[in-house]
Amino acid sequence: MKRPWIGVFKFTSCDGCQLSVLNMEDELPDFVSLFQVAYFREAGDMPLRGRFDIALVEGSVSTGWQKAQIIEVRERTRHLVTIGACAAAGGLQALRNWADIEDYKRLVYPSPDMIETLPCSTPVSDHVYVDYELWGCPVNCDELSEMLGSFLLDRKPGIPAYSLCMECKRKGVPCLLVAKSEPCLGPVTRAGCGVLCPSMERPCYGCFGPKEGANIGSLLEAFRNAGFSSHECVLLLDKMNTYAFREAGTGEGRF
Amino acid sequence: MLKQKLKKEHLGLLFDKLKVTHGVLGPKVENGVVTLAEIDAHDIPSGYEDHQQPGGYRLIKGERPEIFSFSIGPDSFKRFLQPPLREVFAFRRAAGISITRPGAEQRPLAFIDMRPCDLSALKLYDRIFLRGPVRDPYYDSLRRDSLVFVLNCLYPNDNCFCPSMGTGPEATDGFDVALTELSDSFLLEAGTAKGETVLAGLPAGEVDDSDMREKGARIELCRKRIKKFIRAGELPGLIYRNVEHPRWAEIAERDLECGNCTQLCPTCFCNSTYDALGLSGISKKSYQVSGRRMRKWDSCFSKNFARVHGGNFRPSRRARYRQWMSHKLAYTMEQFGLPGCVGCGRCITWCPAGIDITKELEALKSAR
Ligand code: SF4
Ligand code: SF4
Ligand code: SF4
Ligand code: SF4
Repeated sequence: MKRPWIGVFKFTSCDGCQLSVLNMEDELPDFVSLFQVAYFREAGDMPLRGRFDIALVEGSVSTGWQKAQIIEVRERTRHLVTIGACAAAGGLQALRNWADIEDYKRLVYPSPDMIETLPCSTPVSDHVYVDYELWGCPVNCDELSEMLGSFLLDRKPGIPAYSLCMECKRKGVPCLLVAKSEPCLGPVTRAGCGVLCPSMERPCYGCFGPKEGANIGSLLEAFRNAGFSSHECVLLLDKMNTYAFREAGTGEGRF
Repeated sequence: MLKQKLKKEHLGLLFDKLKVTHGVLGPKVENGVVTLAEIDAHDIPSGYEDHQQPGGYRLIKGERPEIFSFSIGPDSFKRFLQPPLREVFAFRRAAGISITRPGAEQRPLAFIDMRPCDLSALKLYDRIFLRGPVRDPYYDSLRRDSLVFVLNCLYPNDNCFCPSMGTGPEATDGFDVALTELSDSFLLEAGTAKGETVLAGLPAGEVDDSDMREKGARIELCRKRIKKFIRAGELPGLIYRNVEHPRWAEIAERDLECGNCTQLCPTCFCNSTYDALGLSGISKKSYQVSGRRMRKWDSCFSKNFARVHGGNFRPSRRARYRQWMSHKLAYTMEQFGLPGCVGCGRCITWCPAGIDITKELEALKSAR
């Protein structure tokens, strides 16, 4: 079998998803024997040249330079797969999309004039065609392996788009929302984390972004019935997938 | 068939006897909820009361004097007889294809407090997986030597509606042993020869007419405590006449499509199969692949579940909710001659949006 050329790219992000690639541990030897790794920012210095069969892209687009860079990556690769919440939804840094970037700059940096940034942090799919999105903050190593294996076998990855509740129920975790009135985002969140939080009696934070057809309005109604204010509800959604959750809520970035 | 009484303090002896041959599954409190697990007599959460409402569940320590003072929790036999995730076989494709099936590894199961509603669901499972067009060998292996102790209910929760479906609160057949908790003892009634064998050797008290009267009175009291009803007599017509009722669209606005109802419904049996095959299952020579074929619970609420080439025939939330309710209340009866909804109320309690199947059916009755 011809080993496909793979590149792992980074935009605005914390590198956690690239680390998940390195964290595949048992499968890392398979990864390097099945793919020719031609570019990988987190793993070593390699010049960007030539073409790729598959590009894994971490991070959101949040500077003018990145807007050009993502187009270059797209032009160099046959398939583009985004990894993680930043690339799929704009990340935590997309919180600025609901604020004034100049305020943020002044608040955070001693010399705000030195900061070159766009007013919004946006998902990769706002800029170029994306073949597949792996959600999660960070991505799940098993899903990464499933996606890469499926790429080699030319089949559709068996990665669910349904709710976290489905996994929760399979694991037999008693529902925190129903039994404890905890504001769990599970019903609108994509499965994939393996029920990390509800297994520990913590409500879901929505790391894997909105599930297919997420009905945000109805869940917020349930939260309000459980005694949470509208403001608290919005705060629950305003994390690493804020841009995607708000869009799923109304299609306009507002509730 | 054999009938006898067992003093309450001797319940442990029944457990001891069963444990020799079976894994004994019964109620246990975990994270504030009554779940099903392998237990001993002292694990039974005696005195606890469950308060259930649409989208709500609370367990409190109450005043009821009975050992089985609570009703059903989220789990049913389904978790054990049709497990949520399991390996069907392991495969390896090199020159040819080789398949390894997992061995039957576990001890047979004894269900110690299966409720009458769940027993009806079990009958449906048997009908489908043992006597349907294709026998499910895995279900068969788990079910074959299992023992079913049905526990006639004394305390329904507020979402129970078994009388409407004709499934409870008393079980009349289909069990190995029926238990009814009386004031000073358990009434044990064998339903099969297997059940009689289990009862033999336990310290037995004689059953007289007053015990049978007490049983009748207790179950009658339970029946009176039931709060929900549906118009089962008007099914399936009520559904078929209303496929375009505007109510479906209203439900779709509330429905989260989270799938909780289907995962906990004791009659929902949908599964999907997939091949678990990561990078480690692929060798550099492209013709060598190995992995595991898995089966997991799935749901008609997930778009991919019924996807065929080109899409899903039920593309909207409205259509998918209608499919679920129609399957429960209409299609199953027509296909298998048994109720597809046994009135356990789990889908009502565990729906985070509090969607109540009994109310929704009633709404179909109203003018469009
Ligand atoms: S705990 Fe959260 S994820 Fe789990 S079933 Fe309840 S709402 Fe869904
Ligand atoms: S009816 Fe309730 S439990 Fe079922 S999918 Fe809809 S919101 Fe979830
Ligand atoms: S449809 Fe609801 S009430 Fe009926 S059997 Fe299923 S979970 Fe129980
Ligand atoms: S639905 Fe009937 S049989 Fe089932 S738990 Fe409630 S009262 Fe018991």
